[in-house]
Amino acid sequence: MIDRSHIGRELAPSVLDVEKGRLVFFAQAIGETDPVYTDETAARAAGYPALPAPPTFIFAAELDSRTVVSMLDEMGVPLARILHGEQAFRYFAPVCAGDTVTVRSRVADIYARRSGALEFIVKESTATNQHGTEVATMRSVIVVRNPPGAT
Amino acid sequence: MTPRAMRLPDPCNAAVGDRLPELALPPLDRATLALFAGASGDHNPIHIDIDCARRAGMPDVIAHGMLSMAWLGRLLTRWVPQPAIRELSARFVGIAHLGNALTCRGRVVERREDGTEVLLRVELEVTNQYGERKVQGEAQVALPLAPRSIAAGS
Repeated sequence: MIDRSHIGRELAPSVLDVEKGRLVFFAQAIGETDPVYTDETAARAAGYPALPAPPTFIFAAELDSRTVVSMLDEMGVPLARILHGEQAFRYFAPVCAGDTVTVRSRVADIYARRSGALEFIVKESTATNQHGTEVATMRSVIVVRNPPGAT
Repeated sequence: MTPRAMRLPDPCNAAVGDRLPELALPPLDRATLALFAGASGDHNPIHIDIDCARRAGMPDVIAHGMLSMAWLGRLLTRWVPQPAIRELSARFVGIAHLGNALTCRGRVVERREDGTEVLLRVELEVTNQYGERKVQGEAQVALPLAPRSIAAGS
């Protein structure tokens, strides 16, 4: 079982430079055909200063920085045993190519169900841009499948 | 008179019960998972390496929950400009396997008017071709009451 003393822990910040080429790659990877996401002329015509990041893109911040992997490692949770349970975003300002987004998270809760067969890690995050503007908040629930007889 | 559910709803005039135009995706394949892993930063080998997936107890590689959520993002941004999306949440209730052809659907379940804005709550789901639900979610969308183009940040 995960040590409950991790609850309340703040994770190291993750800094994501939002790059045009990666946004185009991401748009292509999800089959996005709206030119606003891949064509700067279309993006500017729509009122954006540069290519906009699609709604789920900033989730990349803590993956790139390996913050989540480190957190799981410190909790003693193997990657093979996790599933993504829930994910939520609240949006306050657009994120576009050229922005730098910093994500700061804390472990909000850890709890168990089914007599410990499943554990749940709740992580809450804020994302701010290079101007100090809060662009989004996020909430993740990671599900850990424990082997039978885990203590 | 065209039934309400069959009209493409103008979001500003959306009513409770209106359905968003569906987004149907091609069957999941390894190439899609590999590219999404690279683009999204989620390199968990359970999504890209069959040997790792099998050691983890899966029959084969499985899709990222966030791939389905990205598709829910597309469902919404085809319907409203992205700055209108205030909240997006998802529960990953089922694993999406290779060969699953997923469809994203949305339905307006609440409409409120708040001064100059109309606020819509949209229930979202992602199901495969067998009707198995993989994602259950919700979005909150805010649009100006008088239809006009929305410029980012305005």
